[in-house]
Amino acid sequence: MSHTAKSRLGWIIVTAVVLIYSLFPVAAIFATSFKTPGDLGNQTFWPTSWTWENYEMIFVGDAQGLFLSALRNSIGITLIATFIAVVLATLCAYAIARLNFPGKRLILGGALAVSIFPVISVVTPLFNLWRTIGLYDTWLGLIIPYLSLTLPISIWTLSAFFRQIPWDLEQAAQVDGATQWQAFRKAIVPLAAPGVFTTAILAFFIAWNDFVYGISLTSTEAARPVPAALAFFTGASQFEEPTGAISAAAIVVTIPVVVLVLLFQRRIVSGLTQGAVKG
Amino acid sequence: MTATADNVPAEQRSRRDRREVQAVKSDRAKDEARLGWLLAGPAFVIMLAVTAYPIAQAVFDSLFSYRLTAPDERSFIFLDNYILLFSDWVFWSAFLVTLFITVVTVAIELVLGFALAMVMHRALKRIRGPLRTAILVPYAIITVVAAFAWYFMFDINSGFINKWFSWVPGISAELDWFANTGTALTVIMAAEIWKTTPFIALLLLAGLAQVPDELLEAARVDGATRWQLLRRVIIPNMKAAIMVAVLFRALDAFRIFDSVFIMTYGDAGTEVLALLAYRQSISRLEIGLGSAVSVVLFACVLLMCFIAVKMFKVDLASGTDTGGAQGGGEK
Amino acid sequence: MASITLKNIVKKYDDGFPAVNDISIDIEDGEFVILVGPSGCGKSTLLRMIVGLEDITSGELLIDGERVNEKAPRERNLAMVFQNYALYPHLTVFENIAFPMRLAKGKFSEDEVRQKVNRAAEMLELTEHLERKPANLSGGQRQRVAMGRAIVREANAFLFDEPLSNLDAKLRGQMRSEIAQLQRSLNTTSVYVTHDQTEAMTLGDRVAVLKKGELQQIASPRELYEQPANLFVAGFIGAPSMNFLPGTVQRSSTGSTVLSTPLGEIELPEETARAGEGRDIVLAGIRPEFFEDAATLDSARKARGSILRAQLSHTEWLGNEQYAYVPYENDPRVAEALQNLAHEMDADDLRTQLVVSVDATSRVRGGDTAELWVDTRRIHLFDPATGENLTRDAEAGAELTRMAAEDRKRDAERMAGQHN
Repeated sequence: MSHTAKSRLGWIIVTAVVLIYSLFPVAAIFATSFKTPGDLGNQTFWPTSWTWENYEMIFVGDAQGLFLSALRNSIGITLIATFIAVVLATLCAYAIARLNFPGKRLILGGALAVSIFPVISVVTPLFNLWRTIGLYDTWLGLIIPYLSLTLPISIWTLSAFFRQIPWDLEQAAQVDGATQWQAFRKAIVPLAAPGVFTTAILAFFIAWNDFVYGISLTSTEAARPVPAALAFFTGASQFEEPTGAISAAAIVVTIPVVVLVLLFQRRIVSGLTQGAVKG
Repeated sequence: MTATADNVPAEQRSRRDRREVQAVKSDRAKDEARLGWLLAGPAFVIMLAVTAYPIAQAVFDSLFSYRLTAPDERSFIFLDNYILLFSDWVFWSAFLVTLFITVVTVAIELVLGFALAMVMHRALKRIRGPLRTAILVPYAIITVVAAFAWYFMFDINSGFINKWFSWVPGISAELDWFANTGTALTVIMAAEIWKTTPFIALLLLAGLAQVPDELLEAARVDGATRWQLLRRVIIPNMKAAIMVAVLFRALDAFRIFDSVFIMTYGDAGTEVLALLAYRQSISRLEIGLGSAVSVVLFACVLLMCFIAVKMFKVDLASGTDTGGAQGGGEK
Repeated sequence: MASITLKNIVKKYDDGFPAVNDISIDIEDGEFVILVGPSGCGKSTLLRMIVGLEDITSGELLIDGERVNEKAPRERNLAMVFQNYALYPHLTVFENIAFPMRLAKGKFSEDEVRQKVNRAAEMLELTEHLERKPANLSGGQRQRVAMGRAIVREANAFLFDEPLSNLDAKLRGQMRSEIAQLQRSLNTTSVYVTHDQTEAMTLGDRVAVLKKGELQQIASPRELYEQPANLFVAGFIGAPSMNFLPGTVQRSSTGSTVLSTPLGEIELPEETARAGEGRDIVLAGIRPEFFEDAATLDSARKARGSILRAQLSHTEWLGNEQYAYVPYENDPRVAEALQNLAHEMDADDLRTQLVVSVDATSRVRGGDTAELWVDTRRIHLFDPATGENLTRDAEAGAELTRMAAEDRKRDAERMAGQHN
């Protein structure tokens, strides 16, 4: 019996180590976001007195203009890009999983090639082109390149998901008396929906995470997303580092990510591993 | 194993379909092809448009002396930009730093990721969920946020690391981590490793799950020690997963940008290729030279892929591709 | 070579459910013992405890008299053939067979390894396939590779976990005899788990019948067949299953004893009748092959049994034999007991019909009322409540098992003689 007690203790330790590993830096920036300007210099982990000051600064204070517009841009651009990517990828993956046509491998290979593409290599020409045709510093100017980030993984993940759907069900439903549309809606959509949803989460993470496009293809509050805006934060005075404000802003944009992870961890893992490896 | 099982019918199906196409060459097949491209086309075109066109443009631009501030002075100089680049220590330094970061982070991530994958694989059902959730946080968090988190921890003014670890020789309140190359790269790599190890761990976990339990039991009965089990049974059977994980991460690490931008902006000898390209073209508007750096970076990535696929036989398309050969699966 | 001794072995899982409950078996050196039972009876768990893949909750496991409870599988020097063969997909057939020797670093020279693998391959007719990967082998070949891996170990014992269940019926028969011959020629102690009673009967020197983690009976196949300890063993061993006909033992005015059943009266030998006398109701265990179509028998044989007249519902002609089916009204007093028995045996509901084996030349048809002869001396009577065999002749049974042990030793000596 001591054997199991020992292994239980071992698991508790292992779990604790993994939790600390995963959450420590997040906890650190979380603690920092509640520090007063005085605390910021005293090299402690937790604030000596907790304050909402930094959050006030980014929501109603000096940094409001910079942060709120960036937050609006981030949410808007990311959601639109995710939506378009998932719709297009769903059609594409359906064709790949269901239909037989020349060029299937080309599409999958192309998606793979695009996903390993260094973003920085294409950002210069885009920067140039966007300036010429007026897409520079606009929402559309970011949505389009975000599609190149989100489409490949969406296509791969969804193709893998769709391959596992027993499409015979569609025919079975038709034999059972459903119309073609009913068969699709009642038999296939419920099976496909989880995969599409998971893909949407992954696409959201990727678009939400972007920094290179955000910082290169925008110049003002008109389209600059949060990650790029964080780099432009300045302190209350020239000599003061904007540590508190950045931390607060960082925590705000981390909240949606953590919520998604908490709610859908199982799906995210299956989506990630399905699209990527099956060797 | 499910992958293999799932693929079999798909493979058979597509083979059968192909025969049908050949035999009949029917309108139905043509219709199917048309519908296929109609559905898949838009996504494909957008992906290509946003990558293929710009990279072609970048190759083109890299052959010119071209400053955005002086567009009229644009002139064709053929490979001069590349010659300038390859003769400049700034480029080689950035290249070596990038390579160094790639090699070190991928190596550490592989070991750490494997350990994490093992933990998750063998964890009891009850704690598997929480472990997975915890591990997904670094994966999903914005890279810039992660960079700031690590930056603030080590910052000479606000960071607590110096204070906490002042007992370690070499660390004191005066240590400015971001003032010299070694320490700055250490923090950058630590942040990078922290953020991306979960991804590797998840890929390896999927690989681990495909090693049948019965195989491990058989090896134990056959007389394998724990170490032999790992080396002779587990690792050979998940080689494909390991190679894919390493390649993906290496390609990703080679493109490192966000963390360096946030933590040092390339100072203290931490310049990397992506940042160099950014600074040349976006900050200094030296489109010609910047494009040359971009093209070199792109070429490096291609080369890494090529080496992996040709020399290490990494089958990137394995499993997700109906026609792809499946390695290993015996059942 | 080794003996294996199980002393009061118990396996309890975290939820307290005993998967294996207090099992004691002595397995002699060179003996082939089968663990058989329906799914969930604990046979695989027991095997995995012997090999060390499951912890033993309590009790003692001895190999050659030495306690090995705490030893890791690799320290027990046993070889195991798994249900799915557990071949290493990344290794060739040669390396798969050589694997155990490769693990024991430095113990075998390259020459020795090659020699041993080649010898095993020859024995198993795998020589041409040594360079292939398992994925390219047929089911039977994979099975042989798995056995090859066991052979080269020169292990103390072979353990088999349902090794034939993934093969089709024809191949199964062939591999069954190959395993039997191999075991005889190597004379290695073997423990073999199966749910298939044919495998159990054909392979085992002794067969241990398990039910819900408990040992029902361990004996030679013949003893199990002729002197089953209880209703479960009687029903589980033999195909088609033994018929269980409810009835009451009565003594007629002439002094002869009869069993009064829903199908009429069956005369019973004095000894059998005495065991069932005075009971409200008993179950008469009559194997299908104890019956015969009276029309095909000579009078001498007829006199040694009893005749039943019954209407047949249908017959099945199989070429070498023929089965006839006789429906009857079940007695409600035994319905529940039979229901439970069917459940324990993993079978569907027991149909209340008699299965009767008749000569293939018999012309009885469904709908006929036939005269069925039954060999009354072989009938066993069971207590429906406890399942106990009331007519078991323990001494005769033990004699059968003793004979089987003698046969085995004679085989072993003959083999040894051939080798010298």
